[in-house]
Amino acid sequence: MENKRDWSVHPPYLHPGYKSTVLRAPSKPLIPIKHTLSERTGPVYGLDTIGALDNDLTKNGIKNGEPLGERIVVAGRVIDELGQPVRNTLVEIWQANAAGRYIHKVDQHAAPLDPNFLGGGRCLTDNEGYYKFYTIKPGAYPWGNHPNAWRPNHIHLSLFGNNISSRLVTQMYFPGDPLLQYDPIFLGVPPKGRELLISKFTLDLTEPSFALGYEFNIVLRGNNETPFENK
Amino acid sequence: MALQTPSQTVGPYFAYGLTAAQYGYDFDQIANDVLVGDDMPGDRIHIVGRVFDGENNLIPDAMIEVWQSDIKAFGRMGTGTDPKNRFHFETVKPQSLDGQAPHLAIIVLMRGLLVHAYSRIYFSDEAATNAQDVVLNSVPQERRHTLIAQRHQVNGHTEYHFDIYMQGELETVFFDV
Ligand SMILES: [Fe+2]
Repeated sequence: MENKRDWSVHPPYLHPGYKSTVLRAPSKPLIPIKHTLSERTGPVYGLDTIGALDNDLTKNGIKNGEPLGERIVVAGRVIDELGQPVRNTLVEIWQANAAGRYIHKVDQHAAPLDPNFLGGGRCLTDNEGYYKFYTIKPGAYPWGNHPNAWRPNHIHLSLFGNNISSRLVTQMYFPGDPLLQYDPIFLGVPPKGRELLISKFTLDLTEPSFALGYEFNIVLRGNNETPFENK
Repeated sequence: MALQTPSQTVGPYFAYGLTAAQYGYDFDQIANDVLVGDDMPGDRIHIVGRVFDGENNLIPDAMIEVWQSDIKAFGRMGTGTDPKNRFHFETVKPQSLDGQAPHLAIIVLMRGLLVHAYSRIYFSDEAATNAQDVVLNSVPQERRHTLIAQRHQVNGHTEYHFDIYMQGELETVFFDV
């Protein structure tokens, strides 16, 4: 069974409220493709890809002290559509610092950079599909989409899963963020899918006297079909 | 069945997370523009291209990924560092597998794409196998050319040109993978 992208939860290409989609969204219908070896395989990364501090953004950018802001744990489980764990798969993340500033050179937002915070990290899921990051809660930041536009606090994530068909790039949001209702990127997701992008605060992941815990589970497309089966 | 986690745009600031070394940030990256080591047997090729929006403006903040299944090689490059906003990949020419014409799978991500787009790169000097290819044949004839990289000899090496048009007359074929 070839699980397709579920367009009842994914955003459409063209979502005019998010202005950048207008000249960049493909305008012709997608052409269905029967999965071949190219779609049933994908890159596999092992522990040799992951540096010792790669999953700890509170440490991997340190130059001369601790990064500023609220320390958080972001952790969860990556599963497929049948609920099976997606094991040993790469999770990459990137985010703004506590003041809402990216170190990216084109980010001109007049908020301070943090010399001790990079904002990029990666890890592998374990044998049961679990992943975990330590980081700093990202700040909201303004953007030029419309007057007084602000992005809600968010962390960008990138995953591969078992093949390129399960590739997912997404953003994790925080519960109760009042900016969500105004954000055209979040609102590009059909109502049915929106809550899937909002992490849950939980004391179970909160580390006493250290960091608040947010749980974010991820469902990748697919059902762990045999990679080389020829249909 | 569990609902798929919805996609969101890669946004304008992916560079230091996903392509940090290419853009000069103090972090490494899992893949770059060179897919194979020097010892990989095969015909060494370069694939070079640009990405255009609906008004034919060059897109300087796209990220392109390629997957070559015959040798299990993956490449990733942003269009923000080349002076002409090109992406380029170096690999060996793909082999024909399970009756398909040689090709690479390609994933296109950028600010303004809420969902990444899938396409394929075929090769202009494979006319006979291209004509038999099941996927190419599922594409309306008048649009097939958008999937075929054109071969050139440049400074003694083989270079295939593959521009990506997000919209318009020349719009690249994107697949519902
Ligand atoms: Fe962002």
